[in-house]
Amino acid sequence: MTDTVSLTTKKDWTSDQEVRWCPGCGDYGILLAVQTLMPELGIRPENTVFVSGIGCSSRFPYYMNTYGIHGIHGRAPAIATGIAVARPDLDVWVITGDGDGLSIGGNHLIHALRRNVNLTILLFNNRIYGLTKGQYSPTSELGKITKSTPMGSIDHPFNPLAVALGAEASFVARTHDLDRKHMMDTFRAAHAHRGASFVEILQNCNVFNDDAFAPVTARKSRAEMMIDLHHGEPIRFGQDGHAGVVMGSDGRLRIVEVAEVGIDALLVHDAYRDDASLAFALARLSTQQAEYCSDGWSPTPFGVFRSVERADYGSMVGAQLADASSKRGPGDLRALLQSAGTWQVS
Amino acid sequence: MTDTVERKPAAETITRVVVRFAGDSGDGMQLTGDRFTSSSAIFGNDLSTFPDFPAEIRAPAGTVNGVSSFQVQISDHDITTPGDAPGVLIAMNPAALMADIGRLEQGGLLIVNRDSFVQRDLDKVGYLTNPLEDGSLSNYRVVEVPMTSLTIQATVPLGVKNRDAERSKNFFALGLISWLFSRPREPTWEWIATKFGDGLICAANTAAFNAGYHFGETTELFDHAYQVEPAKMRAGEYTNISGNIALAWGLVAAGQLAKLPVFLGSYPITPASDILHELSKNKHFGVRTVQAEDEIAAAGMALGAAFAGHLGMTTTSGPGVALKSETISLAISLELPMLLIDIQRGGPSTGLPTKTEAADLNIAMYGRHAEAPLPIVAAYSPSHCFHAAIEAARIALKYRTPVILLSDGYIANGSEPWLLPDVESLPDISVPFTTELNHTAPDGTAEFWPYQRDPETLARPWAIPGTPDLMHRIGGLEKRDGSGDIDYTAENHERMVHLRAAKIAGIAKDIPPVEVVGDADADVCFLGWGSTWAAIDAAVQRSRRRGVKVAWVHLTHLNPLPSNLGEVLRAFPKVLVPELNLGQLCRIVRAEFLIDAQSISKVQGLPFTARELEDALDAAVGIGLGSAPTTSNGATS
Repeated sequence: MTDTVSLTTKKDWTSDQEVRWCPGCGDYGILLAVQTLMPELGIRPENTVFVSGIGCSSRFPYYMNTYGIHGIHGRAPAIATGIAVARPDLDVWVITGDGDGLSIGGNHLIHALRRNVNLTILLFNNRIYGLTKGQYSPTSELGKITKSTPMGSIDHPFNPLAVALGAEASFVARTHDLDRKHMMDTFRAAHAHRGASFVEILQNCNVFNDDAFAPVTARKSRAEMMIDLHHGEPIRFGQDGHAGVVMGSDGRLRIVEVAEVGIDALLVHDAYRDDASLAFALARLSTQQAEYCSDGWSPTPFGVFRSVERADYGSMVGAQLADASSKRGPGDLRALLQSAGTWQVS
Repeated sequence: MTDTVERKPAAETITRVVVRFAGDSGDGMQLTGDRFTSSSAIFGNDLSTFPDFPAEIRAPAGTVNGVSSFQVQISDHDITTPGDAPGVLIAMNPAALMADIGRLEQGGLLIVNRDSFVQRDLDKVGYLTNPLEDGSLSNYRVVEVPMTSLTIQATVPLGVKNRDAERSKNFFALGLISWLFSRPREPTWEWIATKFGDGLICAANTAAFNAGYHFGETTELFDHAYQVEPAKMRAGEYTNISGNIALAWGLVAAGQLAKLPVFLGSYPITPASDILHELSKNKHFGVRTVQAEDEIAAAGMALGAAFAGHLGMTTTSGPGVALKSETISLAISLELPMLLIDIQRGGPSTGLPTKTEAADLNIAMYGRHAEAPLPIVAAYSPSHCFHAAIEAARIALKYRTPVILLSDGYIANGSEPWLLPDVESLPDISVPFTTELNHTAPDGTAEFWPYQRDPETLARPWAIPGTPDLMHRIGGLEKRDGSGDIDYTAENHERMVHLRAAKIAGIAKDIPPVEVVGDADADVCFLGWGSTWAAIDAAVQRSRRRGVKVAWVHLTHLNPLPSNLGEVLRAFPKVLVPELNLGQLCRIVRAEFLIDAQSISKVQGLPFTARELEDALDAAVGIGLGSAPTTSNGATS
């Protein structure tokens, strides 16, 4: 591999297009993280495709010096499925948002995850429609005042990770736009996973929903509000790790003081467990759950929630093609035309 | 049954016959018709079939809604239609009789399953008296056969349970008709053995089939059998082909001829699903099929595969075309090759899923937002679906555009003998991928412009992922002519709208001019497209034999139209446009060429009969006294 994949630099992955996001948008940080990461992955720009739908985040492919399609609203997972199944040799990334991926394109997202198509899906969640100038999205909290909800949103929100896990996703992770290293670590793990990888990125829209995640992700909040998940380690957070997560006898997760329960009582994270119920419970431990919206904020887990091995769709399609060829030989058009029985007229 | 073994008179030779099998959806009439067709095809007859069945898989038994019919015309000469009126009707129950007796020609042969004409079954369809006894069938030659009980007698001794025994009665009917028309039995025996293995079902069906055959031979209900001699067909190797299978094979062939892998994204929908099934069986050709989560995804996957360098395609029917519309618009903007195959059915909405109609020409032409032209190709017969698929792919690849290929339920499910084409003679439709930089920047550096067009075809380069140095991003936003960068400026948008339109219009130079069939000096010219071909062909042949002059032009390319079409049509005082819609092509040619074309419309979920078109022709030339359907300018019907 090292012979054929020559080293690239960040510049090789940066297109000549002027970036057109609003100044201060969280998308800049995500773009920088991806462009900085790419040279580390040992892949080539010509073998990489970025596919997006519609929305602010979906302008992303224009800024990557790779192959790319800026598609139509919600359909990026479908278009990307076509590319990935046709060409398993390519690295295919999907860039989507909370409106694009969870509202108009929800059906394609869940089916791409269910099929385990070899895609790295980055969902930029800013809990608002930005490109259309500020309507509520499927992840907006109950009561949210927007242009289309002047009396407050009455739509119960989605939790993106819970949706992905419910759709049988084999890799699910969360990161946020203010921590480039965490983003790069998370994207690296997502890219390394064969199959569909789903990453929710908490992203700030400073124009229409500023500081939506600040109570969790702002520098001064992080220690007490962010829970860093590490496979195989007890789930601890807070200054000096004073807090932790336990599972009660009723099956619910609770935030506890480690001093009160002892470290052995803490839940140990297991991202590789086939059963997704722990990942699901952790995903629900989130500021995005409706029960936390009205009366405050919950410490929120970040990192890889779930990473399990499952055959990817494109490989299975390829295997069936190879199997058919080995059993029947390569296709012969004349034989096909004769396959339903023929007769001769002389 | 009789014990006598005296031979009946020799079979009477007839030139053609139309047979219609009618029964419950669960009676296996489609299978019966299909087997009769196959043995006739192998015998060497020309033939044309028309399966006619309800949307419900199993409507309540014994009701008119649940009647499933299969009509086939077999002939010793070249025919193209399944016949206007059957000369033989097999009615398995009172519902089938009620549904189809009106189609049987006067004096025709009616064969009924007498066992089903009991009070309960008569009540179900509202017969107040038994039509076998009340004289209402006196205009037909009625033959009553106790098919259920004879089938039970033939199969129960084999160990078949009474309850299951009657299920073989369609094979009894098939045996009876096979004798009546002197069909060889071997093909059916072989087929039953292949289909049902060597178990009890195989034995029961074979026994029922033989019992039906012998019943015809030994009873005196029929005074003699009939023979339809093999047709004088062009020498060569034939198969019996339905439109959907021919279309699927055409798509496989297109991939081979283009030297590209075939990628189908599809969502199940009647009557297109058989293409998905058939392509899914041919993975050894490198054909990838994905049953998508919905119609939109199916189109999106095909487009993604096209971007990645495959021959991308999606198959559907009318409702699915509506859902795919936005993706097709994106394909037009991306200028990537892709096929949308629409097997038309009755609509709007769910409409008549199993019945034919050809009313999607408008949505194919205009069913997208903004200025979004694309080429349209229409198949006209079951076997033509093969060639139409290749032609649609050729245009898509050469001009980097989505192409809509129209077929319909009639030719999709209908079948005909097909002289297999010489595979070697099929066209090479391959196009090269772009692998080199194609533009020089002002500062002298070489670069890749994804919208740098071929001056001849106006097609843009097709550079696929994996090609070094040609990385590019394309999307639905308006692109600058040449560089493909996002560009919202007024002049550029107008130029791009015109370029996209000119590219499609220019395809007219690359398709054959129309040719006039029939009398060039006729007063009336039929203009047809799609599956009306068969009925027009029969009507034109019959009319000319009667001494009525008529001309005929049939279109395979509906957008752009052949370049000589306007000139050809203007030469005729009258142009009649038969369509299974309210005059969609008629309006197009009126608008395009300012000619006073008249629509002949039918929207009954059924194809035209030749007789209907003959009547319309007679009315147009002033023969007869107004029994023809009214013609119109297409605005109303």
